Amino acid sequence: MGEFIAVKDMCHTYLAHEGEEVQALDHINIAIGKGEFVAIIGTNGSGKSTLAKHLNALLIPSSGQCLIDGMDTKEQENVWEIRQSVGMVFQNPDNQIVATLVEEDVAFGPENLGVPPKEIRNRVTEALKDVGMEDYRQHSPHLLSGGQKQRVAIAGVLAMRSNCLVLDEPTAMLDPQGRQEVLSTVLRLHREQNITVVYITHFMEEAVAADRVIVMEQGKVVMEGVPKTVFSQVNRLKELGLDVPVAAEFAYRLRQLTMKIPEDIITDTELVVAVCP
Amino acid sequence: MSIRLQDVTYIYMSKTPFEKAAIKKIDLEIKQGEFVGIIGHTGSGKSTLVQHLNGLLKPSSGMVHIDGQNIHEKGETARNAKRSVGMVFQYPEHQLFEESVYEDIAFGPRNLGVKEEEIETRVKKALDFVGLDFEKFAKRTPFQLSGGQMRRVAIAGVVALDPKYLVLDEPSAGLDPRGRDEIFGQIMNLHQATGITVVLVSHNMEDVARMANRLIVMNKGEILLDGKPKDIFCNHQAQLKEAGVDVPPLTLLMNQFKQRGLEVDSAVIDIATAAQNVYKAVRRG
Repeated sequence: MGEFIAVKDMCHTYLAHEGEEVQALDHINIAIGKGEFVAIIGTNGSGKSTLAKHLNALLIPSSGQCLIDGMDTKEQENVWEIRQSVGMVFQNPDNQIVATLVEEDVAFGPENLGVPPKEIRNRVTEALKDVGMEDYRQHSPHLLSGGQKQRVAIAGVLAMRSNCLVLDEPTAMLDPQGRQEVLSTVLRLHREQNITVVYITHFMEEAVAADRVIVMEQGKVVMEGVPKTVFSQVNRLKELGLDVPVAAEFAYRLRQLTMKIPEDIITDTELVVAVCP
Repeated sequence: MSIRLQDVTYIYMSKTPFEKAAIKKIDLEIKQGEFVGIIGHTGSGKSTLVQHLNGLLKPSSGMVHIDGQNIHEKGETARNAKRSVGMVFQYPEHQLFEESVYEDIAFGPRNLGVKEEEIETRVKKALDFVGLDFEKFAKRTPFQLSGGQMRRVAIAGVVALDPKYLVLDEPSAGLDPRGRDEIFGQIMNLHQATGITVVLVSHNMEDVARMANRLIVMNKGEILLDGKPKDIFCNHQAQLKEAGVDVPPLTLLMNQFKQRGLEVDSAVIDIATAAQNVYKAVRRG
């Protein structure tokens, strides 16, 4: 697995209104392989979104480096290629839809890249099929549900032939069903098309689905590992003001009650099997 | 004393090809002092319903009474009745607009004609309620605060109106777990301390289960279930599924223990008690 994203000793400082310097990112080092699915969790203000915006050169590091597929985001001539390669999906679906028809919205990206019209049509069809929205091609985006809008936004990224998807709390505004739609779409694309995914979320049950979890706090990476190692540290996560999956906390409580439960339980099934073998 | 909806139907885009009844023949009474949770799938009519509670929407047919007053009549009493309902919309921080936190919170009461001395007391009380220090925050611009702080200032702005009924639409959306726990803790405190009626629209079943003493489940513009949260989550899971609503994750987990033959009480709603419960059941063998 080649390294697709390499963040090296990266800092980001900005000036707050009162003239004080705020260090949003503090010497971050992250490597994400091609085709990996990484979830990033952390409290509001921990630097998750600032980090995400560096990944397609919306922000440039104050110091250190951010390399996307070997290209430095600092170099102006790389920016177009980086943005084509890394697609972003934001929290509010209503802020990222530009057209009055679903198919036109998905076509917006490839049109801007100068893709020939016939090819655009093919790509739009394919992308909408990939996110399960082909029946809505001629619909007006504002009449769709939140989950559907987010899937249209993902289709827009796919139509640009991006091979990396950065999603910044894509499900925060959605209901449980919408959340499920978005997560399973992302998981499927990751599995079937080997798309690299960086998924920022406050929902731990979504982060559990990732290959790796990165925990941020005050601009630093404070924990990193497979979901099992990260989520079994119930106390640590609670100190950071984060949730843990219900099963992990349940297992933790049972251990406190002196029951012998393995340390690495994070799903319901694992817990039930451990308790009633 | 109550908010009462009688046979309320609301039709969007009436007389167009897009005509759609968002809520249908709703009969509902929310009594003073209740803590009501409203859940339902997107498009189930939750938001349309709550917008009837203070007259933001006028029913296509049916009537709304607040404390016995028909709110769609003309005149002072109907206006005052509507004002007794404070409404916190989704993402209320988008509605902040003043230069300072103080001014933003003072805007509502000032508009109602409250005197300046009284306004200061109300702003202090409201900030205190949402857990923000008056000295530290009153003079700051609301736009430099964190997301959670902005949310709290916006809620304080509604609390400062001194409503008898407080309606909140997804107050925790987009907040991190700590921010969410804080906001809900403060709503719970306010409810317990002042007996204010709370109507909470939320997707988060755990929070609703923990706080509300009455739960209303909406489906396709109608009230599908109305009762005690414990009862609904334990005994009506098939209907919840039909309505596209999730059962709290803890209830699902307890169900799995039950299926494995463990004698547990699947009605518990906090993890500590549930763990105790499972522990005892295992020891009993």
